[in-house]
Amino acid sequence: MRKLLTSLGIAALVSFSSLGTAHAAGDAVEMKSVAWKHGGIFGTYDRAAAQRGLQVYREVCAGCHGLGLVAFRTLSDLGFSEEEIKAIAAESEYVDGPDGEGEMFDRPGKPSDKFPAPFPNEQAARASNGGAYPPDLSLMSKARPNGDNYLYSLLTGYGDAPADFNLAEGMNYNAYFAGHQIAMPPPLSEDAVEYSDGTPATVDQMAKDVTVFLAWAAEPKLEQRKSVGLRVILFLLILAAVFYAVKRKVWSDLH
Amino acid sequence: MSFEPKNPVVKWVEDRLPITGMLHHALYEYPTPKNLSYWWTFGSLAGVMLVVQIVTGIVLAMHYTPHVDMAFTSVEHIMRDVNYGWLLRYMHANGASMFFIVVYLHIFRGMYYGSYKAPRELLWWLGLVIFLLMMATAFMGYVLPWGQMSFWGATVITNLFGAIPVVGDSIVTWLWGGFAVDNPTLNRFFSLHYLLPFVIVGIVILHIWALHTNGSNNPTGVELKDKQDSIPFHPYYTVKDLYGLAIFLIFFSAFLFYAPNYMGHPDNYIPANPLVTPAHIVPEWYFLPFYAILRAVPDKLGGVLLMFGAIAVLFALPWLDKSRIRSARFRPIYKQLFWVFVLDCILLTYIGGKPAEGAYIIWGRIATVYYFVHILILLPLVGLFEKPKPLPASISEDVLSKKPASEEAANA
Repeated sequence: MRKLLTSLGIAALVSFSSLGTAHAAGDAVEMKSVAWKHGGIFGTYDRAAAQRGLQVYREVCAGCHGLGLVAFRTLSDLGFSEEEIKAIAAESEYVDGPDGEGEMFDRPGKPSDKFPAPFPNEQAARASNGGAYPPDLSLMSKARPNGDNYLYSLLTGYGDAPADFNLAEGMNYNAYFAGHQIAMPPPLSEDAVEYSDGTPATVDQMAKDVTVFLAWAAEPKLEQRKSVGLRVILFLLILAAVFYAVKRKVWSDLH
Repeated sequence: MSFEPKNPVVKWVEDRLPITGMLHHALYEYPTPKNLSYWWTFGSLAGVMLVVQIVTGIVLAMHYTPHVDMAFTSVEHIMRDVNYGWLLRYMHANGASMFFIVVYLHIFRGMYYGSYKAPRELLWWLGLVIFLLMMATAFMGYVLPWGQMSFWGATVITNLFGAIPVVGDSIVTWLWGGFAVDNPTLNRFFSLHYLLPFVIVGIVILHIWALHTNGSNNPTGVELKDKQDSIPFHPYYTVKDLYGLAIFLIFFSAFLFYAPNYMGHPDNYIPANPLVTPAHIVPEWYFLPFYAILRAVPDKLGGVLLMFGAIAVLFALPWLDKSRIRSARFRPIYKQLFWVFVLDCILLTYIGGKPAEGAYIIWGRIATVYYFVHILILLPLVGLFEKPKPLPASISEDVLSKKPASEEAANA
């Protein structure tokens, strides 16, 4: 049994370490590491941070980046009331239809709508962004290795390029982006938003907040998953103990 | 202990379709060696995982849309909108990894205890057929979410068939249903991904049939001699397997609930884009040893042949292994070689996940050569020259010889 567990452990370790390293691309810099409240076995999303992060997304990121997989109604996860959600949704315009006359019409957003796309198509997005395509952020925190730390590091990782670095025209130096040059100019600056809860809107604070919001956007069921998991594992531990006792009992008459 | 139904309904059915008797025979009368260790649990665990995959897969298919424009969002719809859809999908995705973990341990157990030797060659073969079908099923399943790794993995692997001389290109076009991996490819992969698990079920039935024909091997490798050596499968092994299952499910749950994306690849959360190639195209971890062998050869056709050869040679194992002794417990040299072979397979897995550059290429080649040297050269030679330890006269004798003296005194 001991050997079995050791081998299982080794097999697991090896497969994971090889996986982890398989993700690493190029000469990546070691990322900044934050102890996120939603990490760990009992982790839950920091509601206040996520709400502030939504504000950062809407006032800063949403100009270029979509969030096309997230419906307004799901904001209730973050503690928004039905009225607040209706108000947030109504701030966006949607083309709907056709109506009875066969005409398309504009209407304000509803809670069942997804966050609106900032550009009608990829070509329009590229044309407005010097040829670069700002990706949708719905899954960003899961679509990059160590995604939460990556997003935070990236948002706070702008700086002057080293003297010997050959920065292309229209690009910005970022220590954490693959290849270190990124088309996106530094999106956050001191007091880019004004937080209603009085939290000082430093670049670091906004980067953390929007990262929490995007982590929720990518994995909205994280809290349910962890709480179900805890109960399942506790149940299985008891079940295993019962089976072990029964096994001992059944086998005790053998010599 | 033949089956005499007492219940009149059961008797009525039994006289017309002796199915209860068959189950009774398989569970109560089927003699199982009494010394099976927990390594023998992985067979039934593999069966459980197959059922888990089929059940979760059928429900996922009710919500999934196999179309290049909708597949990715339909998976996200499952993750976000379907009740417990996240659980189903994570169970299915991690379940595939769990299935392979269990099956790899099951295969290594067979190799350690010489379970493939006569009269169990066909049992071994059927197991390898299941393994091949699993790989095909898993590969096609990984394509369905239509993320970047799905698309590029499918492109790389299907392109391998292009290495076949003369007809290679035609075969690839035929597999794709077009001139690139596209909607027809996704549709047929979905269809086959749904079909193959049921083919696996069929082969599993043959696998169990072959198993029950000669019975389980056991840690001594000595065949059952008399009644003293065996116990009925139920309740002894049903309860032992249930305990093993509970422990295994805890391991499964740890990933499922706390690291559900650990064994996946972040790039697969990016929708497939035929115009952007990921920096490193890496298959799922369970394919990495074979991927390493593929890349160890500088020639495409050579690499493909060697990769398929790595599994093909396993079919010849019963004849390549010249030793008449089954269990490595009594084969001092083979025992060492077995563990070196395991390390070699782990090294191949590691190399398979690394970019093909520098020292990784050299190590990949060394590990590949050793894989074949072990199976094709060392295994036959060791069988001829190794001096085995004395075998116990029977399973009973072996079990009793291991009992501590105090316990024996208490039993006396």
